[in-house]
Amino acid sequence: MDDLYREIIIEHYKNPSYRGHLDPNDISFADNNPLCGDHIEINLRVDDRGSVSDARFDGHGCAISQASADLLIESVIGKSLEEIKHLNKQDILNLLGIELGPVRLKCALLSLKVLKAGVYGLGSASDDLLE
Amino acid sequence: MTLDISKIRQDFPILEREIRPGVKLVYLDSTATSQKPVSVLAAMDEFYRHSNANIHRGVHVLAEESTAMYENAREAIARFIHAKSPRQIIYTRNTTESINLVAYSWGRANLKNNDLVILTEMEHHSNLVPWHILAAEKGIRLEFIPVDDQGLLDLDVYRNLLSQGPKLVSFTHMSNVLGTINPAADIIKLAHEAGALALLDGAQSVPHFKIDVQALDVDFMAFSAHKMVGPTGIGALYGKTELLEAMPPFLGGGDMIKEVKLRSFRPNDLPYKFEAGTPAIAEAIGFGAAVKYLEGLGMDAIAAHEQEMITYALERLEEIPGVKVFGPVAEKKGGVAAFTLTGVHPHDVAQILDSLGVAVRAGHHCAQPLHEKYNIPATSRASFYLYNTREEIDALVNGIYKVKEYFG
Ligand SMILES: Cc1ncc(COP(=O)(O)O)c(C=O)c1O
Repeated sequence: MDDLYREIIIEHYKNPSYRGHLDPNDISFADNNPLCGDHIEINLRVDDRGSVSDARFDGHGCAISQASADLLIESVIGKSLEEIKHLNKQDILNLLGIELGPVRLKCALLSLKVLKAGVYGLGSASDDLLE
Repeated sequence: MTLDISKIRQDFPILEREIRPGVKLVYLDSTATSQKPVSVLAAMDEFYRHSNANIHRGVHVLAEESTAMYENAREAIARFIHAKSPRQIIYTRNTTESINLVAYSWGRANLKNNDLVILTEMEHHSNLVPWHILAAEKGIRLEFIPVDDQGLLDLDVYRNLLSQGPKLVSFTHMSNVLGTINPAADIIKLAHEAGALALLDGAQSVPHFKIDVQALDVDFMAFSAHKMVGPTGIGALYGKTELLEAMPPFLGGGDMIKEVKLRSFRPNDLPYKFEAGTPAIAEAIGFGAAVKYLEGLGMDAIAAHEQEMITYALERLEEIPGVKVFGPVAEKKGGVAAFTLTGVHPHDVAQILDSLGVAVRAGHHCAQPLHEKYNIPATSRASFYLYNTREEIDALVNGIYKVKEYFG
């Protein structure tokens, strides 16, 4: 328990560094977790070399979903879109530093799905994007 | 008569479980599914060990026994809801399938473009989506009895809607989120006066208080065994005989026929007309054992216990700063307390409660439109049944204080 709500998670949930919007932006995408109504939107700015120069997220949901979005956005600034396409489930778990059961995993992975769907230019954030 | 809860708890082995070392289970999620007493487990086990065979067609001893057990369970269920005849009890998988059966069979045969079906804003998705499908297919119209701020149906709006000549009023007897117990007898009577039929979603009422389908004069009623100490995979549709007889079959196949030619069939009599293929035999027998268990305790005693639980729970929850419980006052509801805690997502509430062994549900509880109405994405929901105690409600309340500490 103390594990699941590690200070870093509570901290990123309560005081996120990357919550907000970028206007203008190059990539913007949003989707929900139908199970619990968690919602994440991401905005990216991409430079000429195809790297993320700035990023933000917005949305609402549980501590796990919002903290993982903040951590993920922090980690992708400076990364190339190609690198983002290769991010997977394990990268999120490494960022959070915890193990998660199947239900909460969905919360943690929503931001990655939304990010990758945006980068690939897809219509919706599917589970196929997590592999 | 009051229930001896500590004795009842001995009938439910799972309640002894430690969720993790030193942390005992506090199960407050019976609205999703109830726990099962040993008598139900034993009935199913005994069937498989001793009598297992397919029903109806065999002439050997096992087939005879299995058929008798399956049909005895149907009789017990019919008695439990005071149906005139066991032939009015159609086994389904659950409430959802029962409602779909009515929508597909009765709905397809009797509803046409522009016909009105009245639902309510507090319906479970299982009493919304089948009608959405029919609306797309047939162009039927849907109207909704609104829910007010206290979680009660606005019957004035209902009376107005009735003047539009609806064909069906389909509504939940008790909300699985607000806990509201709707005045079913009045709603059904008004429907009949307007020339409409009434379908009652009994998923949350049949498990918790005495239901008399004849006194209610209801046309159809859907319910699930798993919410009333029975197994998953089995439920029932009750219907008035003349309606069921006039309805076309739902699924086609074995058992539901009287006679099959290469190019045609004649449907079987009730209830078999609606029971195609090998059914959930062991589960039906478990369902029978479940209603006997509930009857043994007495539905009035069960309802009284739950009333005591919800009264105490509301009192304790409402004293916690930041907690908001949805739904009406205790006297107008069953044992369901859906709540929000300011600043903390319901998932996080449920997760921290789980670490203390307290099992509650978080989400929209398959009632998304209702949550939208109240402008909240989700709630945490604690629900109470015949085996819950005041100490368990105290554990819930202490847990919520713990959540506040984490997120403080
Ligand atoms: C009011 C209500 N109706 C219908 C259902 C659906 O029951 P089942 O999933 O057993 O079909 C439920 C279950 O949560 C319910 O609470």
